Amino acid sequence: MGRFIVRRLIGMVAVLFAVSVLTFLIFNVIPSSDPAQRMAGKAATPRLVASINEEWGFDDPLPQQYLTMMKKVFSGDLISYFGQEDVDERIVEGIPATFSLCLGAAVIWMFFGILFGYLSAIRSGGLLDRALTIVAVTGISMPVPVLAAFFLTYLTYKTEIFPSGGFVEFGESPLEWAEHLILPWVTLAILYVGFYSRVLRSNMLDAMDEDYVRTARAKGLSEHRVMTRHVLRNSLVPIVTLFGLDVGALLGGAIVVEGIFSLNGIGQYAFEALKNQDLPPIMAIVLFGAFFIVLFNTLVDIAYAFLDPRVKLGESAQ
Amino acid sequence: MASEPNEEVAPTAAGGPWLIAWRRLRRDWVALSALGLLVLIVAFCLAAPLWANEVAQSGPNDTHTLEKIEVGGEVREVVSPSGHPIGPQWLKANGKFFLGADGRLGRDEMVRLMYGGRTSLLIGFAAALIMTILGTVLGLLAGYYRGWTDTAIARTMDVIWAFPVTLLAIALGLSLAIGGLQIGPLHLSGDSIWIPILVIGFVFIPYMVRPIRGEILSLREKEFVEAAEAQGAGPMRVMFGELLPNLASTIIVFFTLNVANAMLLEALLSFLGVGVQPPNTSWGTMMSSGFDLLTSAPLLTLLPGTMILLTVLAVNVFGDGLRDALDPRSKVRLEAHSGLSAAETQEGIAP
Repeated sequence: MGRFIVRRLIGMVAVLFAVSVLTFLIFNVIPSSDPAQRMAGKAATPRLVASINEEWGFDDPLPQQYLTMMKKVFSGDLISYFGQEDVDERIVEGIPATFSLCLGAAVIWMFFGILFGYLSAIRSGGLLDRALTIVAVTGISMPVPVLAAFFLTYLTYKTEIFPSGGFVEFGESPLEWAEHLILPWVTLAILYVGFYSRVLRSNMLDAMDEDYVRTARAKGLSEHRVMTRHVLRNSLVPIVTLFGLDVGALLGGAIVVEGIFSLNGIGQYAFEALKNQDLPPIMAIVLFGAFFIVLFNTLVDIAYAFLDPRVKLGESAQ
Repeated sequence: MASEPNEEVAPTAAGGPWLIAWRRLRRDWVALSALGLLVLIVAFCLAAPLWANEVAQSGPNDTHTLEKIEVGGEVREVVSPSGHPIGPQWLKANGKFFLGADGRLGRDEMVRLMYGGRTSLLIGFAAALIMTILGTVLGLLAGYYRGWTDTAIARTMDVIWAFPVTLLAIALGLSLAIGGLQIGPLHLSGDSIWIPILVIGFVFIPYMVRPIRGEILSLREKEFVEAAEAQGAGPMRVMFGELLPNLASTIIVFFTLNVANAMLLEALLSFLGVGVQPPNTSWGTMMSSGFDLLTSAPLLTLLPGTMILLTVLAVNVFGDGLRDALDPRSKVRLEAHSGLSAAETQEGIAP
């Protein structure tokens, strides 16, 4: 097990390296325009462009530029083109809001995803199942900005039930913290509620045909006990796997939600940087997001190896 | 098509697997109504030039900021002096500004909604086609050749997979929107709609390669492959003549899911300003520009947004029905894109 974890961690570092190179290439090789020209803005003089080139090392060979960039990312010296802010500092400042958003959304979607999936499966084919299927498929088909627009229009501007956005620290007032976050939470969670309830429903329906369920019934267990202790329990393992991966990738969805509800987290920083076409923060945030996805991938693999002895450690470690 | 080898269906079944699937689909009224809705939406978008020329007398990018229109004998400004656009006029102005104007520029919202839908649908279908074809071919190659081909493809997919899909699409979209794209003699400028199509088509490929590769790995052990090889069929013949037809139903179902996902990602990218670029309009860009006026004119966001929702919903529901009809036991479901299935995690990425 120890060797498996070490190999998995080495693999993680290798993938992260590849991701950082790819990110660097996306931002430094594909655009045919000159980054110095872009930084200098519309009123660029050749001298300004030359000095920016000098300072940022845009004339250096690419591998050298990559090293410079990575050094800046890790030493906290990365400065945005637009407004010359310290990128790492802004990212650290954004962590509480983004963390609150993602955590709350994850709790909501796990709760409702499992509840809806469970009810759908035990009432399979019935009216409740159909109603919940409609909810789930609508959730899966919902573009995030539309849901946010519906919420803001009908629950904020017309009826003033919820505030339109902003972030209140949990330490300041837990009640206001939740009140400000409830719309963003639901907006971010709805897609996953749909996915998870559908996955759980089909897993449970598959599990109901298994021999161990028949055995459990034959033993005389109550239907409720068969469903919760046997069917649901075994169907939850893939859900936990999915959960790890989706939480890791949540930053992507957080960008739109934070931008719309002005949550002032990492996502909103990315949202602003996109509007200004400001490359350094986007590069740093993409790396930050990729780090989490790779980390959660690794954690899920390791957790899986603990939970399911059938996983062959030697093979999946490659 | 009906004579293709398909081991799942008994040869005695009349008409072959495709006819059986069609009979099943014909009875599924939910899937058929979804298809009907989709056809209506496509027809609505195709009618764009007709409405623009005959009724609204305005193109999607024609501005009417300082113009006045006659509504039931009363003259009204398209954009008020404070910059507020006129609301929906329905048929009161002979179809002009049926859904109102889109903002300070006073463009006809109805015309833009129809033209925007063309862009959104085109991106959805073209990107889905790209990811389906590339995903299938890469999955076929990896699953058939195994060994180093598989390793190379799997590792590349792992790196793409390590990016959150939206972040990768945003990075690529931004970078290409600034600089355009140069592939050999072919140059795409930053505002070409082929840029979002290629970006969206590219980022979803890993989601398709893994399941296809998995199916090929098990299919290629079957006797019919051995039989074909014994008859002297080469790798191309086996891959495209023997293995591919067996994947047909999986690929068709995947295609519908891909369209739905591509349209959602287009909406998201355009909303963030890194998808479709002006002068082109899509439902995503309309939502984005409408959002600034959400307090005063929420319809400008809700209308294009609801169009996306309805289209994606129709595609998803129809795709689900198609899956039930083609292969009721199939594991490819709506959920396929949400991440790995447990089976894939267990299987690992090792050859």
